[in-house]
Amino acid sequence: MTSAINRELVAALRPSLVMTGLFAGLLGLAYPAAITGIAQVAFPWAANGSLVTEHGQVIGSDLIGQGFASPRYFHGRPSAAGSAGYDASASAGSNLAPSSQALHDRVAGAVKDIAATSPGSPVPPDLVTTSASGLDPHISPEAAFFQVDRVAAARGLPRETVRALVTAQVEQPLLGLLGEPRVNVLRLNRALDEATVSRAQGH
Amino acid sequence: MTSATLVSGFGLILVFTALVALLAKPFGLWLFAIYEGRQTPLHRVLGPVERGFYRLAGVNPDQEQNWRQYALHLMLFQVATVVFTYAILRLQGVLPMNPRGLPGISPDGAMNTAIAFVTNTNWQWYAGETVLSNLSQMVGLTLHNFLSAATGIAVAFALFRGFARAQTSNLGNFWADCTRITLYVLLPACVVYALYLVASGVPQTFASLVNATTLEGAHQAIVVGPVASQEAIKMLGTNGGGFFNANSAHPFENPTALVDFVQMLSIFALGAGLTYTFGKAVGNTRQGWAILWAMLLLFVAGASIVWWREAAGNPMLHHLGVMGANMEGKEVRFGAAASALFATVTTAASCGAVNAMHDSFTALGGMIPLFNMQLGEIVIGGVGSGIYGFLLFAVLAVFLAGLMVGRTPEYVGKKIEAREVKLAVLAIVILPLCILGLTAVAVVLPAGLAGPLAKGPHGFSEILYAFTSATANNGSAFAGLTAGTPFYNGLLGVAMWLGRFLVVIPVLAIAGSLAARKQTPAGPGSFPTTGGLWIGLLVATILIVGGLTFLPSLALGPVADHLTGAANLLY
Repeated sequence: MTSAINRELVAALRPSLVMTGLFAGLLGLAYPAAITGIAQVAFPWAANGSLVTEHGQVIGSDLIGQGFASPRYFHGRPSAAGSAGYDASASAGSNLAPSSQALHDRVAGAVKDIAATSPGSPVPPDLVTTSASGLDPHISPEAAFFQVDRVAAARGLPRETVRALVTAQVEQPLLGLLGEPRVNVLRLNRALDEATVSRAQGH
Repeated sequence: MTSATLVSGFGLILVFTALVALLAKPFGLWLFAIYEGRQTPLHRVLGPVERGFYRLAGVNPDQEQNWRQYALHLMLFQVATVVFTYAILRLQGVLPMNPRGLPGISPDGAMNTAIAFVTNTNWQWYAGETVLSNLSQMVGLTLHNFLSAATGIAVAFALFRGFARAQTSNLGNFWADCTRITLYVLLPACVVYALYLVASGVPQTFASLVNATTLEGAHQAIVVGPVASQEAIKMLGTNGGGFFNANSAHPFENPTALVDFVQMLSIFALGAGLTYTFGKAVGNTRQGWAILWAMLLLFVAGASIVWWREAAGNPMLHHLGVMGANMEGKEVRFGAAASALFATVTTAASCGAVNAMHDSFTALGGMIPLFNMQLGEIVIGGVGSGIYGFLLFAVLAVFLAGLMVGRTPEYVGKKIEAREVKLAVLAIVILPLCILGLTAVAVVLPAGLAGPLAKGPHGFSEILYAFTSATANNGSAFAGLTAGTPFYNGLLGVAMWLGRFLVVIPVLAIAGSLAARKQTPAGPGSFPTTGGLWIGLLVATILIVGGLTFLPSLALGPVADHLTGAANLLY
């Protein structure tokens, strides 16, 4: 019995070692390299992170949220990624439980801050909760409309203009089933900057 | 939360479930061709690779193995790949493809991660984007995502042969099964899948970092990398180990609601397919369908409860004027419904990928993922491990039925005797033993109590979830737990290893003992293992045998959490 097992162990040794090496080469190197090669040719923009550039400068990724604090911009959701939030090299959620005092206090603080700048009720839940990644690029349409008055006042733009910009950016669930209605905050804020510039130029 | 939203969430669950049922047959037939060793169109391209691998490794694919040989070759291969990945992680700092100059991983961390990936758990104590180089992600980890999936399916194939064959000790050849599953199923599927993911926005580059200046003038360092190639097998192989800390909640891993839906389907595709493969293998596809219906019944019940609780939101925030679904730890592009569904899918299978943070789910919404894992992830389950885990319960169920009517139990043409029942119970018992035993150790030692982020009952849930996830080889977490310590790395490593191989080895032993037995054609007195009565018996066995053991632990964690929440207690 023991000698039979020993014999079998010896027989299994070579395939175990050789297959580890062969599969590492095929699955760990050749496969990702092949996908990278095809992706870089066929979908270069997406393969490199859907980067958004302005005047040759990378200003972010279309898929990754970034922090906005100025009243002139629409704000995204609170973020637990990195110490300052929206750290795209340290994605994270808060991992706070619903029964957590820390969560309760944080949300209460956020509600208070928001009520000071954008009075109105009820507060859209996504605007006072952190996302799972800390990099959520979206807010709900309610959360965007909620901020229209503040942004319009800060920019001296008519409320209707800003409201129309939001409406134009609302994306609907696919087939009415997949996902939620949403607004990409970076896209909305870029559209806002463009509208402000063209208005200043007298168009 | 309007009732229309609530209904559309349930609609999403049902549409998803229907699609899973539709995928079972095509994937099952594909896997059946490989099970039988038949030629497929893919052999023309990859056949030379297969034969080359055998030649270099000195393998004769036609040499049949008995269960001991099958298990021994499998185990030695696992050990070899664990050592390989351990070395890569330790040496990361001096190996190439490390543009950010990340240092090597600590011994306990590297050991934990190597075990996590070889056991198809993909527990991650670290944040991928801050700790791992591109080489470690690809060669160290993607390798296991394929091989642990292939190993799981190989064990399932061996068990199928145990049922299908008669009076033989031959269960197939481990190397042939493992190589063919990898080359003719996983790899080609992943090539197509990964390219779809890139087209949808998932990065695939050997670069590592992009520096951006945001609209407000701040600096944003954006980590990119070969994400899509890993993401594809991470889902299809029910591995679940993300490139990024936030896993499938990260916009680069899961950029759109459609990708999210496809990811969920891909977690279940092979597992559902294997129920059909089983039916084909034993010569009666209705046997396979009966298993799938029992699984889907449990699945829809679980998903509905999670969605119902998440839709109700966090009652603690209502007095602040924050109404609606619980959005803490969830992404807007998916919403609460698809997050509830994903959480159920990923824990019903042994995937462990997350598109929302389970730790921030409501008490009962987070209990279902925990319970799914405690049942042994046999609701579709991990690729291979789901079906062989489920068949252990089927063996137990026919045994119980046999006791009730006083006949020798039979299942798909094989008499089930004391040896198989003992082995099945052994494999089933390892789960409560590891989960409850190790949780008990952790909650009495200072090193264990240092882990949880939450106080009160939820803190206990965080520890319980960790050992459940590790033993059941899931890999998802109540991630508030600080698990990157020698204490947790060590104990969770042990849990993952035992949870995988103390099931795999008894399963192979059962396969061996069944294969040696002769076929017993079903007679008029046989208990029918298709149809509603059987499905009911299966579900009851799973809930009573699998679930009851864990009820006290759930009462201490999520149930207490729910009740104190209802009394407005904060911790």
